[in-house]
Amino acid sequence: MKRFIGFIKKEFYHIFRDRRSLFILFGMPIAQIMLFGFAITNEINNVDIAIFDHSNDASTKEIIIKISASKYFSIKQMITCEADIASVFQKGHVKAVLNFEKDFSKNLIKSNKATIQIITDATDPNTANTISNYVNAILQKYQKDLNKDITVANQIVPQTRMVYNPELKSVYMFVPGVMTIILMLVSAMMTSISITREKELGTMEILLVSPLKPIQVIVGKVFPYIFLSIINAVVIVLLSIFIFKMPVQGSLFLLGLESVLFIITSLALGILISTISATQQTAMMISLMGLMLPVILLSGFIFPISSMPQPLQVICNIIPAKWFIIIIKGIMLKGVGLQYVWKETLILVGMTIFFIGLSVKKYKIRLE
Amino acid sequence: MKNNNVIHIEGLTKMFGDFAAVNAITFEVEKGEIFGFLGANGAGKTTAMKMLIGISKPTSGDAKVAGFDVFTNAEDIKKNIGYMSQKFALYDDLTVKENITFFGGIYGLSRQRIKEKSAVLIEELRLEDVANKLVGSLPLGWKQKLSFSVSLLHDPKIVFLDEPTGGVDPITRRQFWEMIYKAANQGTTVFVTTHYMDEAEYCDRVSIMVNGKIEALDTPKKLKEQFKVDNMNDVFLKLARG
Amino acid sequence: MSISVSHISKSYKKVKALQDISFEVKPNEIFGLIGPDGAGKTTLFRVLTTLLFPDEGVAKVMDYDVVNDYKKIRNCVGYMPGKFSLYQDLTVEENLTFFATIFGTTIEENYDLIKDIYVQIAPFKDRRAGKLSGGMKQKLALCCALIHKPQVLFLDEPTTGVDPVSRKEFWEMLKRLQQKDITILVSTPYMDEAALCDRIALIQDGKILEIDTPEAIVKHYPKQIYNVRANNMYKLINSLKDYEYNHSVYPFGEFVHYTDSRTNFNPKDLIRYLETKNLSNIHIDKTVATIEDTFMELAK
Repeated sequence: MKRFIGFIKKEFYHIFRDRRSLFILFGMPIAQIMLFGFAITNEINNVDIAIFDHSNDASTKEIIIKISASKYFSIKQMITCEADIASVFQKGHVKAVLNFEKDFSKNLIKSNKATIQIITDATDPNTANTISNYVNAILQKYQKDLNKDITVANQIVPQTRMVYNPELKSVYMFVPGVMTIILMLVSAMMTSISITREKELGTMEILLVSPLKPIQVIVGKVFPYIFLSIINAVVIVLLSIFIFKMPVQGSLFLLGLESVLFIITSLALGILISTISATQQTAMMISLMGLMLPVILLSGFIFPISSMPQPLQVICNIIPAKWFIIIIKGIMLKGVGLQYVWKETLILVGMTIFFIGLSVKKYKIRLE
Repeated sequence: MKNNNVIHIEGLTKMFGDFAAVNAITFEVEKGEIFGFLGANGAGKTTAMKMLIGISKPTSGDAKVAGFDVFTNAEDIKKNIGYMSQKFALYDDLTVKENITFFGGIYGLSRQRIKEKSAVLIEELRLEDVANKLVGSLPLGWKQKLSFSVSLLHDPKIVFLDEPTGGVDPITRRQFWEMIYKAANQGTTVFVTTHYMDEAEYCDRVSIMVNGKIEALDTPKKLKEQFKVDNMNDVFLKLARG
Repeated sequence: MSISVSHISKSYKKVKALQDISFEVKPNEIFGLIGPDGAGKTTLFRVLTTLLFPDEGVAKVMDYDVVNDYKKIRNCVGYMPGKFSLYQDLTVEENLTFFATIFGTTIEENYDLIKDIYVQIAPFKDRRAGKLSGGMKQKLALCCALIHKPQVLFLDEPTTGVDPVSRKEFWEMLKRLQQKDITILVSTPYMDEAALCDRIALIQDGKILEIDTPEAIVKHYPKQIYNVRANNMYKLINSLKDYEYNHSVYPFGEFVHYTDSRTNFNPKDLIRYLETKNLSNIHIDKTVATIEDTFMELAK
């Protein structure tokens, strides 16, 4: 036991003396959360648009006022000729142009039908879609107000209610994702780097020739990172609660346990990476390419898994992050207990045991 | 100053803060001379050499290398010297020919000239069979001989060798020194740093640096007489231990 | 026997790193493995420190088999790998404490053994190991390898890259350790260090050329060696190499070591020959063989 404590003490010296890594370790979670929380978002706010009003009558004015009154749009420019439409897009001044047809009001009253063209800049398809939806919503509301005295028979009125994230805040979606990335990165990358560093330095040779058992070396190397990752997880949860006012619906205790489980999964992956790479550089490349990318692309963090092609969906299943994201979304947003996420938890436990088994088997007590 | 001096140094000093890494050293090296530059770890050898090859600016003093001033014409110096170090010599992942072509290229040799030179070089070193093999696959001794030849590709006036033969087997080591004698005989000045004293015995003259100063400078024979010992190792021990 | 190696072979993919190596090291002996880089010294060390399996043969350290009893060997040997293998970001004292702890001991317990060496680095005990000079690093590495009072000490090229002063001090330390009942297997590419060992094995290309005491190895040299000197070294070497009776011509510091293929060699013939080659100031003296001469003769 004394040997083990001595080993861990040494690991902490390494960590605290390497200022750069320490900064990455604690700076990264904060920076990522802030970045995803504030900058990268699916919501639209104050999008600049232009209006091309051919008719300039009472109805169009009313609609324009309604649009400019919404917090989603700000009218940047009024266009007066057809050619300007292309040029405002090219200059990138606006994201959308609303084109009211000639005699809008007259058509509306006479033939009960008036047309408005919504032209959006689809270089960013998500935003384009959202803009067109929002404009539609405003137009529909206007129409409803207009027709409120007339009753139309057999009308279907859909009532949408968004649950778990009623305000559609994207930060709610990102927090679980960022937490997953950070835990994965800190645990897997940092441990694999710190183990391969000993190989590169040649100190692993001395450790191997010492009476330390391989399991002591491995546990000694990963233990400090379990500790650091837990701190990171706590920081992320605190940030999301206090800065983004994100409520944690479920049990914090369960959230903690699941996080520790995922940390151990990632550490096992880190050890596995270190057994197959000889240098710190390879370890880092494998961690980044082999872990980060799948976590970002295939875990359902950014791109919904259900809309991926079938083969990819199958592949997603072997990504531990997918299961962890399901679990923490459930706990944080839906407030569910273990009875709803036990299946995912079991899958993670299974993966962890598999990775640990594999890396203990691959860890060499000799050099080749 | 004699006309055939290719290195002329007077009071050359390099300060790091208050610490004089190189403290007012003065010496001259003649054309075609094999000059050994010795010193313990941390005595200032590397710092001094960096100034001579134009990659570090001296704090004060005068230094002319290959006729150019290290303060004002560092770039001209680089064109007129060759450099080989044990730490970095050739690219392991390029073939013998590719290495020669690359280094010939960075010294501005024409394609025709590189072709001629590399043919001669490969023949002299008897590397015909491995000319298209990766340098990484060659034995250490071959690499070092090749690396020395490559540093001479552009016919430099002076070639700087930084601990060139560490760890090489004794026979290859001698072949290496024969190459050095040949280069010196053809008029190239050879400037060798080493802390292996048997290597020092091969030099025409050696200087020994202790704590940033040159404490001894003469032919190995005279140094041995002066300190009344029978090998350079003991000369060094006497000097460094005070 | 402290170490016994019999018929050990080891290959990596294409390279035969060790070929049928056999030797024994007696208790309390300083045994030197002398050979250039790539001779197989490091591979041999790794086999003996249980880091590599031999392909063939049997090796024992303190009568424990390197394959089956590796755990026992790891408890009783000290190992200093060729590359500086300590934690650069830990201080001198932290490194030492760490290695003491993982071997289940303390600095105080075995201080007696490292005292001589440790006092030299003690003034720097709060300095990071990465900031030490070459000689100091090497002393610290030796302290770390000794901290658990090993019975056998493996030193792989401990003096490579270290200046002569530190090298001399290092060998003095080894001599003192020997008196404390430690068997030492040390490797070096420097032939001049061979004379400091009790017995040596000359090794090249994975094969042992000869094993004996340094004095005996030198005596085995079959020929009379002559120191030849002249006004121009380069011309001298070339002329000697062109001389039809030469047996070997090797530059050796300010001389050329020359041996002749004839039994009735008369140096005057050689002087006359060299004079026809326009050399002057020619001196020829008899000299005795060194380990290096022997090595070259055997490796030829």
